[in-house]
Amino acid sequence: MQEIEEIIEARFSAIVPNTDFCSLRLVQEREESLSVRQDVLQPVFTSTDIGVMITVIDKGGMGYAATSDLTENGLKSAVECATDWAHRSSKHTLIDYRILKHPNAIGEYFTVTKKPWLSVPLSEKIDLLQLVSKDLKTDDQIVDWEAGLWYTEVDSLLLTTHGGHIRQQLRFLVPTMGATANAGVETERRTFGGHGYGRQGGMEILDDLDFSNSGQRVSEEALQLLKAPNCPSGVRDVLLAPDQLILQIHESIGHPLELDRILGDERNYAGTSFVTPDMFGKYRYGSKLLNITFDPTKSEEFASYAFDDEGYPATKQYLIRDGILLKPLGGGLSQARTGMSGVANSRASSWNRPPIDRMANLNLESGDSTFEEMLASVERGIFMKTNCSWSIDDSRNKFQFGCEWAQLIENGKLTDVVKKPNYRGISATFWRNLKMVGSVDTVETLGTPYCGKGEPNQSIRVGHSTPTCLFSDVDVFGGA
Amino acid sequence: MQTYFYQLAEHLNSKMRLKECFTCTFSGEDSDFVRVNQGAIRQLGSVMQRSLTITLITGMRHTSELISLSGDFSLDSLRLDNLLQGAREKLPYLPEDPHLLYAETNVSSEQHGENRLSKTNETIPSILETVQGRDMVGIYASGGMYFGFASSFGQRNWFSSFNHNLEWSFYSRGDKAVKSYYAGFEWDPLAFQGKVDWANQQLDVLSYPSHTIKPGRYRVYLSPAALNDIIGMLSWGCFGVKAHRTKQTPLLRMLEGNEKLNSSLTILENTCEGIAPNFQDAGFVKPDRVTLIERGKFQSTLVSPRSSKEYGIPTNGASSYEAPESVDIEAGKLQTGKVLQKLDTGVYVNNVWYLNYSDRNACRMTGMTRFATFWVENGVIKAPLSVMRFDETLFRMLGDNLIALTAERDLIMDSTTYQSRSTESARLPGILVGEFSFTL
Repeated sequence: MQEIEEIIEARFSAIVPNTDFCSLRLVQEREESLSVRQDVLQPVFTSTDIGVMITVIDKGGMGYAATSDLTENGLKSAVECATDWAHRSSKHTLIDYRILKHPNAIGEYFTVTKKPWLSVPLSEKIDLLQLVSKDLKTDDQIVDWEAGLWYTEVDSLLLTTHGGHIRQQLRFLVPTMGATANAGVETERRTFGGHGYGRQGGMEILDDLDFSNSGQRVSEEALQLLKAPNCPSGVRDVLLAPDQLILQIHESIGHPLELDRILGDERNYAGTSFVTPDMFGKYRYGSKLLNITFDPTKSEEFASYAFDDEGYPATKQYLIRDGILLKPLGGGLSQARTGMSGVANSRASSWNRPPIDRMANLNLESGDSTFEEMLASVERGIFMKTNCSWSIDDSRNKFQFGCEWAQLIENGKLTDVVKKPNYRGISATFWRNLKMVGSVDTVETLGTPYCGKGEPNQSIRVGHSTPTCLFSDVDVFGGA
Repeated sequence: MQTYFYQLAEHLNSKMRLKECFTCTFSGEDSDFVRVNQGAIRQLGSVMQRSLTITLITGMRHTSELISLSGDFSLDSLRLDNLLQGAREKLPYLPEDPHLLYAETNVSSEQHGENRLSKTNETIPSILETVQGRDMVGIYASGGMYFGFASSFGQRNWFSSFNHNLEWSFYSRGDKAVKSYYAGFEWDPLAFQGKVDWANQQLDVLSYPSHTIKPGRYRVYLSPAALNDIIGMLSWGCFGVKAHRTKQTPLLRMLEGNEKLNSSLTILENTCEGIAPNFQDAGFVKPDRVTLIERGKFQSTLVSPRSSKEYGIPTNGASSYEAPESVDIEAGKLQTGKVLQKLDTGVYVNNVWYLNYSDRNACRMTGMTRFATFWVENGVIKAPLSVMRFDETLFRMLGDNLIALTAERDLIMDSTTYQSRSTESARLPGILVGEFSFTL
């Protein structure tokens, strides 16, 4: 990649337009996905996607041009195209881009990797997946099963006409496994946290997660669900494990705090927000136990970086402290549009999409309750694990989530397994019922590779780290 | 573009060694994207992207790799050479694949779209002028899309299409808005004006005070756009043979239990009347139509080449996802102009949002109403409805509770643009449902 970067840098300096601002963002994304289904290796797929986005700001307008043609002519055409769009948009622009302070940061960031993906031979990775696959098939009622590894390298270079020069190299691994159990017309599926165990790093992630020894547990839990009764209905205390809570944080805190949503950019697609600019600094979002941070500095977490895709330096910031809403998820442009302070979260899914306000790592900070203390405090409740269904209205208020696995809590103890646990509520009141927050030993670092937003659409990696938490008065129900 | 793709395919062909063969697919687009908020341009740009996915095969071993293309032959052919070298080094480490199946025939085809698109820099000012004074938010996408298939057996397939897709909302206040679509192959200002006029009429009703209903069961009309979201959800792992054989299809209780769909329901994968290419990644050509549900009864599944080998049944050219790309539901008899009268008192749903299964095994879905959803009394729209959550099984919605399908259908061109612009489409009627559960 370094050789390409040097060539592109030289070509860019030769074609810089005479405009107020111009940037070049080069992204190379290499992926390899391996999976074994029913003990058969599935098609091995590798991809190398590389391209450039040129952004030009001039005369108050902004235009971009993205291209996979990295030749001199290709880049020149892109600069001309972006300049033309900038000039044409200036007559009809929503934003006068002259308000924007142009970043000029210089820096680098590299994922901390202890056991690089390429240091482990392909055959060894396949053997590992075969082993897990065999562990997943514990019974004739297991009718489908699979295990996979999805590895991605993203190398990027951001150059700006104001002197900005940022290189970042990120490495991601998403381990997955699942078992499907069936008896008659009943089918139950249990997974290894869905796609939630995506992290930055290398093969050491698998050791941290005990991936190779988890097949049998996943399979046995699928069989247990097959025999379990439906989750009961009613209002109860709910103890949420990290692999469910991340979706709750994502949908009912992350998205409503995105400043471009609040500004209406997403109203035609991803939606708007029940949060309004006047709420920041005073609105009680949750109980006093709720502390939410934007933290791109946690090295193993999925969306860690030193600079966002517009070149602004990223630091840890509290968005909600002691339950009070402080700060939105708004990048440099949104901050300039509103005069509000925000975070460095202007991110693009790849070279072919422009940056917009995104979550990065959005974390719920740990509290001081042990898992046992939270359990002991519940007389009649439900412990839910692993999200499998999520839905929320376009203002990010009325939500409904479903989980793969649940156990009843009776008089402070975990008892029967129940299937198809669901719960519903309203964001604005749900977080105020946050009753206990787990201590650091209940924290898990998770994320999702599929956060969708934007027009044109963009799917991006987002990290969430959270402890187990207890909520009171939640409306729960089961299957049909 | 087609010539360039074939040139690369010939280059690959010339590099094949004894006992090696390949398949490859080309994907490209030249797109303009104009994002609008408050009736003004929020983001404006162009994307030019090309990629090639090559599968190198020796015996029953194979590996696939995607690379971006620059369009410069000397550069791209070098990348292909490197790719082949890497693939050859990898193959010995891979086991034989018992489910490998690829087209060894030579069923070549060409489908060239005609570029009748207006220039984006002319269309956008005209759009903004037409909607002046309105709080418009949305996206205009326009340009060419190109797909190709080639193999060392000499098969060559090419598909190009040039279309525009404007998807926008007019906002009235808060979350009250009218969603509209205008997609096609040629910009027609009069057709666009007609859609703007329709949206303006609905905006008038949205200015009335909102009506809130209690959770419960209501009579509803779901527009073709709302039904499209429901069918889109259903398509996710419902119609493929793998989902059927592994008992994961949400239709399981119909296939092996007592649940039923209404006899007025017929669902097809209607490739010949859709807008997607009729060939797939392994080189198989799709039949014009596959009937999935006929008069409420299961008819056939979508079968990918891998599933064909795994389950010993013929492929019908489905992708590896085994999901419909050109879904089609047969029309009913209810005239669209009579919908309000037939609805009588209930909820008129133009759009739903954020669907997911709340019980996949029972084919029960949850989601929200969104945009212009109205409360109707005695056949007259009375007020916009405050957003409601629904939670309902498909077997109730499209089973005993299905009263009628409309005689007119909408062709909905998928406007999604994740990674690239979609070529999927749906041709659907609206439906009248006797009881529909709202829960929050």
